[in-house]
Amino acid sequence: MHSELKLDIKSNKVMIIKGLYKSFADNHVLNDFNLELVRGESVVVLGKSGSGKSVLIKCIIGLIKPDKGSIHIFGHNIPDLDHDELDQIRAKVGFLFQSNALYDSMTVRENLEFPLRRHCLEVSQKEVDKMVISALEDVGLAHTIDMMPVELSGGMRKRVALARTLILKPEIILYDEPTTGLDTITSKEIIELMVEIQQKYKTTSLIISHDMNCVRMASDRVVMLIDGKCYASGTYKEITQSVDPKVKLFFE
Amino acid sequence: MSIKSDLRSFLTLNGELFRFSLRFFRHGLNPPFEFSEFLKQCYVIGYKSLPLIGLTAFIMGLVLTMQLRPSMADYGVEAQLPAIVAIAVIREVGPVITALIFAGKIGSSIGAELGSMKVTEQIDAMEVSGTNPFKYLVATRVLACTLMLPVLVMLGDAVSLYGAYLGVNIHSNTSFILYWTQVFDNLVFGDVLPAFTKSFFFGFAVGIIGCYKGYNSSKGTEGVGRSANSAVVVSSVLIFVIDLLAVQVTDILGY
Repeated sequence: MHSELKLDIKSNKVMIIKGLYKSFADNHVLNDFNLELVRGESVVVLGKSGSGKSVLIKCIIGLIKPDKGSIHIFGHNIPDLDHDELDQIRAKVGFLFQSNALYDSMTVRENLEFPLRRHCLEVSQKEVDKMVISALEDVGLAHTIDMMPVELSGGMRKRVALARTLILKPEIILYDEPTTGLDTITSKEIIELMVEIQQKYKTTSLIISHDMNCVRMASDRVVMLIDGKCYASGTYKEITQSVDPKVKLFFE
Repeated sequence: MSIKSDLRSFLTLNGELFRFSLRFFRHGLNPPFEFSEFLKQCYVIGYKSLPLIGLTAFIMGLVLTMQLRPSMADYGVEAQLPAIVAIAVIREVGPVITALIFAGKIGSSIGAELGSMKVTEQIDAMEVSGTNPFKYLVATRVLACTLMLPVLVMLGDAVSLYGAYLGVNIHSNTSFILYWTQVFDNLVFGDVLPAFTKSFFFGFAVGIIGCYKGYNSSKGTEGVGRSANSAVVVSSVLIFVIDLLAVQVTDILGY
């Protein structure tokens, strides 16, 4: 029997990252990174390729262990948690992978059922079916329920991955480069969907991106990840008007 | 310099493989078990390999008999052909050839499947979904390989001996009953048990190496191909190493 974690879901600050360090050999990817996430806001972490954005988001979800620093989510420090405790946090934190990470060998239905079966052991098949259809309807793809991921287009796969993320009704959603590999029109549709979902379910979003459309459309606040640090922070307008040369480079 | 680095990478591989195997015994055999996935893997690994194993075993029995006949006829012991073929197939050729075919088919498919899951972040997604991917993917496949290969070896041996029966009858007219009587009269428990036992180790080797290579795959699609390839190469070599050790052990035990 594993201990039940008491999650402080009502707290206004849902995530507090303090003094985060992560290096790979001599490559210091995160170097004293700090961030606070307030309930219901949408924060975009902006940085160039290889700046450590994906490493940051994987540290947050517990897939990578940081060298130093703390990541408190719902009052618990992620690096200190064991596997079972992490699973309890992960049930409340959705993660949309850059590559979608849909299971190739499973249908769309099975892909969506997978996290449900793991986290909600006492749910009946009837309820599972209802939740799967509801999540697919949220992303406008209920008709793909019995299709294999390989039969879907890039944009559809992204939507199904988003439905899988949504199915557990997470409090926080982490998006790792949600528009990478998509054309401009599909990217716009995905961003609109993300905004719609955030408004509908009142989730808190942390979006990792270098797509300026995504930053402009989906952010309440933008955090610039430069040299492994939270280099600048502010609204889209404030950041675009910054006179700092390193920040200006992104908007030129 | 090259020999030194080759030796280092060989020792590193051995060390990592040992740790991976320990992890299998520590985590893979403890509850909760992924029983439905294990059954699915038994079906995929065992049942779906039957046609290939059966075909190769049949050809092996037939060819072995045809190759042995002239030499045995020269020594005037042609009548012993069923007995010699049976001992060769049951003790050595059957388990080793079946294991090699198994390594080619299953080792490569596990290496490629887990490798592609790794590079497309499906293993990470599984972890985020509250599943221990090591238990779900590795433990089930290694266990299925360990348990299915001995079954395939037994079935392969039977098919192989049937092929040998046809081989015997190309040049002579031996009845079905006489053939099998000769086969079983010359086989003892000590022929079957070591061969059956070593096939568990062969299955474990194929499963653990396929999973290790796939699970630690990197560098995109190129890495997936390399994982599948090296899973076959390493497990094939390991099958011969295990066979060599098994022969020493059976020799010491007097089988």
